[in-house]
Amino acid sequence: LPSRVLLVLTSQRGVQVRPGGDPGAHSVFARGISAAGGRFICVGTSFGAVLVFDIPPKGTNVTLSEVLEQHRDPVTDIAAEQGQAPDGAGDLVTADDSGTLCLWSTGEEFTLLGKIPGSGSTCSSVTLWNGIVAAGYGNGQIRLWEAGSGRIRAQVNAHARWIYALDLAPLTGKLLSGAEDSFVHVWKLSRNPDTDDIEIQHCHAECVTDTQVCGARFCDPAGDTFAVTGYDLSEILCYGPA
Amino acid sequence: MSARTLPLLFLNLGGEMLYILDQRLRAQSIPGEKARKVMNDIITTMFNKKFMEELFKPQDLYSKKALRTVYDRLAHASIMRLNQASMDKLYDLMTMAFKYQVLLCPRPRDILLVTFNHLDAIKDFISDAPGILNQVDETFRRLIEIYNCLSDGEFQLIRQTLLIFFQDMHIRVSIFLKDKVQNSNGRFVLPISGPVPWGTEVPGLIRIFNHKGVEVKRAEFTTAGNYVTPQREGSFELYGDRVLKLGTNMYSVTRPVETHMSGSSKNLASQAKENMAPNPLAKEELNFLARLLGGLDIQKPAGGETGFRLNLFTTDEEEEHAAQTRPEELSYKVINIEATQEPGRRAELSRILGELEVAEPRPDSAEKGEDLLALMDGL
Repeated sequence: LPSRVLLVLTSQRGVQVRPGGDPGAHSVFARGISAAGGRFICVGTSFGAVLVFDIPPKGTNVTLSEVLEQHRDPVTDIAAEQGQAPDGAGDLVTADDSGTLCLWSTGEEFTLLGKIPGSGSTCSSVTLWNGIVAAGYGNGQIRLWEAGSGRIRAQVNAHARWIYALDLAPLTGKLLSGAEDSFVHVWKLSRNPDTDDIEIQHCHAECVTDTQVCGARFCDPAGDTFAVTGYDLSEILCYGPA
Repeated sequence: MSARTLPLLFLNLGGEMLYILDQRLRAQSIPGEKARKVMNDIITTMFNKKFMEELFKPQDLYSKKALRTVYDRLAHASIMRLNQASMDKLYDLMTMAFKYQVLLCPRPRDILLVTFNHLDAIKDFISDAPGILNQVDETFRRLIEIYNCLSDGEFQLIRQTLLIFFQDMHIRVSIFLKDKVQNSNGRFVLPISGPVPWGTEVPGLIRIFNHKGVEVKRAEFTTAGNYVTPQREGSFELYGDRVLKLGTNMYSVTRPVETHMSGSSKNLASQAKENMAPNPLAKEELNFLARLLGGLDIQKPAGGETGFRLNLFTTDEEEEHAAQTRPEELSYKVINIEATQEPGRRAELSRILGELEVAEPRPDSAEKGEDLLALMDGL
């Protein structure tokens, strides 16, 4: 890359990007990984660029296909469409420290479809489902954006602290949010294809006592069970129906 | 990880150290003159110009071992002496206190307010010495200049860097246990009530908008949490009400400082292993330490002024007992560096410093580091 020397290591399981050279005043790191468009892996970097790697179906000949340079702040998270994207909605979303979201359509060449400017709060994690972007922010809010138009469709005062993790169950549209306030919430997203109404409902809350939640993931595609990790916690906690 | 974390780590831990020393000096009824001298000497050393310049350079955090050695040196910058057991306890208290403060910071940037609280208190300790006050104010201004403009994301990275440094430390502190701020298993209590951070809304409200951006529906959800809106934001200026209480002095003369050593666990074993792994930064850290040693004016008790020993425990027997019963995994394996005032030795240190300036890291540089340490031990 013209601005940085990166050592890219690949393995059967994923891509490791290691910075080389003097970090200077700003740390160089990779953050945010997602599979995209059936054959790419996208990796975010601390200097705002998103690296797109072309992964062959067999073998280890991974090549750097493209560098997307739309973010001016460190990338925080990347998410690919997990359901059915409506026309023109794009199938990849990238987020950064300033709260800016970029929407892309993937392929041989990635195209920027839209940009949602940040409004002062870091977007720490993001998911994309049926053309709905669900974004979690450092101030504890979850916002739903319509991928096609870039318009805000819902705003939830969800957590009292920094949201660390968001996950989505594609079969049901359930959304999982975990934050430093010790809470994990399960929400239900819905989109009416005729009226185009987008809704979010609260389903369930769990408090992981005295733990700042750092990771939260559904364990099945319907979202009936989920796992949680936290700071200073050496266990993975699993929650499921009684 | 953030390369701007070390100044915050150093200043806050230093601040906690001064709170504890101040309390112990009074509890042990050390005469006012001596106590003031000790505090002034330590603060002068902490805010030494060259030291600060080095500290503020973007760099990775030091290893736990190297950082502990710096505080060992700092605590002995005056006429006061501490036994190993007391120094261990002092360091335990310092680190657990700052860990608690970092963990409970409402917003990532509130770590700066915690730092300012410490600095405000340090300025109070030396209010009668304008020379040192200047040094502290210089550092204060530098902090404001460098950190006030950082984004939330950058502060969160700093916070995460600090939390990783403190990970798996669960030493139980008596004052925390009594105040119900720490559980008996060493984990801190995270309240789910009180004011939300500045800039955050109280959880509960869901607002739905239509495709034209008009709000069409509102809904509420409830949880076990009991949050309220905050009154006001703390000040990030040189002077001002910080609002946040984290980082202010929690010790008073009547509250003894005790720690309980938690028994061995697999976490501690892995921590001990980490301390023994070869540290590729050892060369840089020794460089810095050597410079620190070379530039200091060490106070040797002169004439009628006698040094004294500070005890972090209530009695000498307690201190002795603590030294003997400290679990092996929790020993800090401190590098003992005996620095002296004799000019001959100074030259020796400068020569070593010269040797350390060699740029190329050699494959066996870790062993070279150990040789230098041994050299210093022998001084």
